[in-house]
Amino acid sequence: MDADVMDIGRRKVLQAGGGGAVLLLMAAAGLLRPGQAWAEWNKQAFDVKNSLNDAVKALGGSGAPTQSAEIAIKSPDIAENGAVVPFEITSKIPGTRNIALMVEKNPNILAANFEIPQGTDPWINTRIKMGQTSNVFAVVKAADGKFYYASKEVKVTLGGCGG
Amino acid sequence: MADPMKIRAKMEGDKVDVRILMAHEMETGQRKDAQGKVIPAWFIQNVSATCNGKTVLSAEWGPAVAKNPFLAFKFSGAKAGDKIVVTWTDNHGDKRSDEATIA
Repeated sequence: MDADVMDIGRRKVLQAGGGGAVLLLMAAAGLLRPGQAWAEWNKQAFDVKNSLNDAVKALGGSGAPTQSAEIAIKSPDIAENGAVVPFEITSKIPGTRNIALMVEKNPNILAANFEIPQGTDPWINTRIKMGQTSNVFAVVKAADGKFYYASKEVKVTLGGCGG
Repeated sequence: MADPMKIRAKMEGDKVDVRILMAHEMETGQRKDAQGKVIPAWFIQNVSATCNGKTVLSAEWGPAVAKNPFLAFKFSGAKAGDKIVVTWTDNHGDKRSDEATIA
């Protein structure tokens, strides 16, 4: 009788131990997943503070981007709510491969970087946050690896980064 | 699991007009809660859209993309009835995939 009780106790401990090991494995797997997500995300570029040239460099540019009239930025001139500012970017640069949106005075300049495969229009419509009135850059990477940009000042009456 | 995306894909001449609305907090990591503690960043990092096995758009996002992100783009090489699949991954490793039929 005593031995039986002891035995059940031991089994329970073993089961509990096994469960703990599974939990540990799950935790390890959970910790690994974000690491993999970061691997394909250009942390270096998103960490750049306020420099257009540094951001372009982090995206693979070799020098300062060239200003171009072939890139159009459509957005409100004055955004009442900085938390949601719509932007429509059109590039007429032949072989547009990437379109990036940058907000100079946000905590980090790079907001988004889109990759445009062949067959997709060099046109993007999205909404981003702006902490304050700032220049917004639309940066285009062409097939030859050269970078071009256009800029537009957008006035913000209510910032989208505080709280 | 996050809420489903709203995806609309419609033929416009020979091009497909895609509009996507995602449900995500897109927390910047800049804001503080009532106790003055920083609310950790939580945002979509990678987005990709495929149609007939071909990637038609991919993107890397930072926390500056607005809450409940909206995205529109156009591509050619597909027809009505084809399926478009959109997938996002956030900085917690959470993933969401939704599909829509091109109308």
